[in-house]
Amino acid sequence: MSKEPVAVVGIGQTKHTAARRDVSIAGLVREAAVRALEDAELTWADIDAVVIGKAPDFFEGVMMPELYLADALGAVGKPMLRVHTAGSVGGSTALVAANLVAARVHRTVLTLAFEKQSESNAMWGLSLPVPFQQPLLAGAGGFFAPHVRAYMRRTGAPPAIGALVAYKDRRNALLNPYAHLHEQDLTLEKVQSSPMLWDPIRYSETCPSSDGACAMVLTDRTGASRAPRPPAWMHGGAMRSEPTLFAGKDCVSPRAGRDCAADVYRQAGITDPRREIDAIEMYVPFSWYEPMWLENLGFAAEGEGWKLTESGVTEIGGDLPVNPSGGVLSTNPIGASGMLRFAEAALQVRGRAGEHQVEGVRTALGHAYGGGSQFFAMWVVGAAPPST
Amino acid sequence: MTPAPAPEVLKAPLVVEFPFTRSLGPVQSAFLTGLRERTVLGVRTAGGRVLVPPVEYDPDTAAELRDLVEVAPTGTVTTWAWNPAPRRGQPLSTPFAWALVRLDGADTALLHALDAPGPDAVRTGMRVRVRWAEEREGSITDIACFEPYDGPATHEPGPHDGVFADPVTGIVAPARLDYTYAPGRAQSRYLAALAGRKTVGERCPSCRKVYVPPRGACPTCGVATEEQVEVGPGGTVTTFCIVNIKARNLDIEVPYVYAHIALDGADLALHGRIGGIPYDQVRMGLRVTPVWTEGGRYPDHYRPTGEPDADYDTYKELL
Repeated sequence: MSKEPVAVVGIGQTKHTAARRDVSIAGLVREAAVRALEDAELTWADIDAVVIGKAPDFFEGVMMPELYLADALGAVGKPMLRVHTAGSVGGSTALVAANLVAARVHRTVLTLAFEKQSESNAMWGLSLPVPFQQPLLAGAGGFFAPHVRAYMRRTGAPPAIGALVAYKDRRNALLNPYAHLHEQDLTLEKVQSSPMLWDPIRYSETCPSSDGACAMVLTDRTGASRAPRPPAWMHGGAMRSEPTLFAGKDCVSPRAGRDCAADVYRQAGITDPRREIDAIEMYVPFSWYEPMWLENLGFAAEGEGWKLTESGVTEIGGDLPVNPSGGVLSTNPIGASGMLRFAEAALQVRGRAGEHQVEGVRTALGHAYGGGSQFFAMWVVGAAPPST
Repeated sequence: MTPAPAPEVLKAPLVVEFPFTRSLGPVQSAFLTGLRERTVLGVRTAGGRVLVPPVEYDPDTAAELRDLVEVAPTGTVTTWAWNPAPRRGQPLSTPFAWALVRLDGADTALLHALDAPGPDAVRTGMRVRVRWAEEREGSITDIACFEPYDGPATHEPGPHDGVFADPVTGIVAPARLDYTYAPGRAQSRYLAALAGRKTVGERCPSCRKVYVPPRGACPTCGVATEEQVEVGPGGTVTTFCIVNIKARNLDIEVPYVYAHIALDGADLALHGRIGGIPYDQVRMGLRVTPVWTEGGRYPDHYRPTGEPDADYDTYKELL
């Protein structure tokens, strides 16, 4: 028996910001969930199960969100699951929810991811004083900066590429009312002259710390036929993982990412992603990860990703827009960041992205990664239902 | 080939603690501010039930709840368990009962401590009242505990607007976990060798890769690694970054270079600091060797050896 097609009929997110002191975590997730239900014109009673994801427990000290947040998400008396995969969790949470619909376990599933970085401390959560181990010398940015340098060496990319990405994404964010950073006065020169934190990564090339939540309502064909607005259809979804460190690991272009992309394209019947995908929401927490992932995801040959960025192809008006929402560089509630990528890809194919809508998007990719480039989650969504 | 000796397996305490902050939102803010003012608030559902402690969303219907109600500081024990040995951070330092107390006017019970001389003095159905803390700040511990009380309900539940001067809007919720950490046999062997200023990895019997530091198993092949292999001391900087941000708890002056270093004979790079050279002269391919300091468990940093730089092709798979 073939899988049930999965449709995204409701999407909701909060206005992401540095600190939402006016709401509890329950109040924050509720806002996103209610907006997703409103978009789908459904009520709590229409939801059969809830799948929730968040950042690692130590980040914000909420050890059992599935317990604490059941009331706020109308989950009482329904199955509720929690998904863990570090920074990619928002993407894998959406995929677990989608699989429940595809497998005909549930007809309509609410999926949600969140983080209140203002009430957490990711840097601390990542640097627990484990006995006998050397302290990590550099923090999260320092963990990724050597990989960026390795990418530059491997490809000969000019040093200016990273700033182009940051400037583009921050300008895109000005078109997205939900984005955290709205830097009206930002110029390319300001990005290029911002302080060097972990050379070669500058301050303006790093993601902010945000409070926010994102929710989606996923449903089957019957649910989609009743939806008041055009759905996004899932054409493929895949996850892959690999160890943080192992002999032969390619930290610049991890195999788990390449394999995950190949799987999701195969499911979606995509043979030439560069030509067949109209927009990408990818997880770019440090600017250089745009060209790096363009190669890892098969949009450019090895060593050529930076040329797409440099030539403006990834701009909102280019022929392969990347992160029209402003991306992780403009909004980063870590636990929710992956789901935001998936949701923004779905908004694009639904034609409901507002000011940052890319014209004529029929097929879009949502991408998330996490940990030490070891967890990957991706989906391809389309405006039309899958043919098989 | 040297078979791995059975090392002494190390153990050490690991305490993980952090003062997480929490924004309360409207309902919990009113509840905790109320406690500061010796007022216990619940919330009424559309079905007419009064929930104490109050919640923001109806557990039955998911409806948003904002209809606050004041209940009495007296109530009835609905069930309990004796706690003969209180731990740190618990409400009382002498043995007490954990009790669920349904306050007069409430339909649900609140969990708190009940001060009683012994388990024989506690029973389900017994009447109790709040013992307020002397110093109150807007916290559940503003109720010091419950204590036996023989009287009737002091008042009926009544509406409350939840408005107080100077409301509490956030709390600090400290989290603490105490572990005994054991790094395992492979890391214990590695540390024992480091004490002799030798870096000893382990070779996978299947793929033949040498892991430094060893984990006791090859993550690719999924088999145990036993064969010990001394690597280094020389190595090559495969990639690096220059850190310009001073980290807390880390006594290193910035800027400094944080590098991936492939020790000669190892099949993956380990991480370390580069010294003995200006930070802006460090480069990929730089040949380095460890610098030890008295009493240090690990090399303090790695310094240039003065050899010519390694050719990119010799380390490009080890970035």
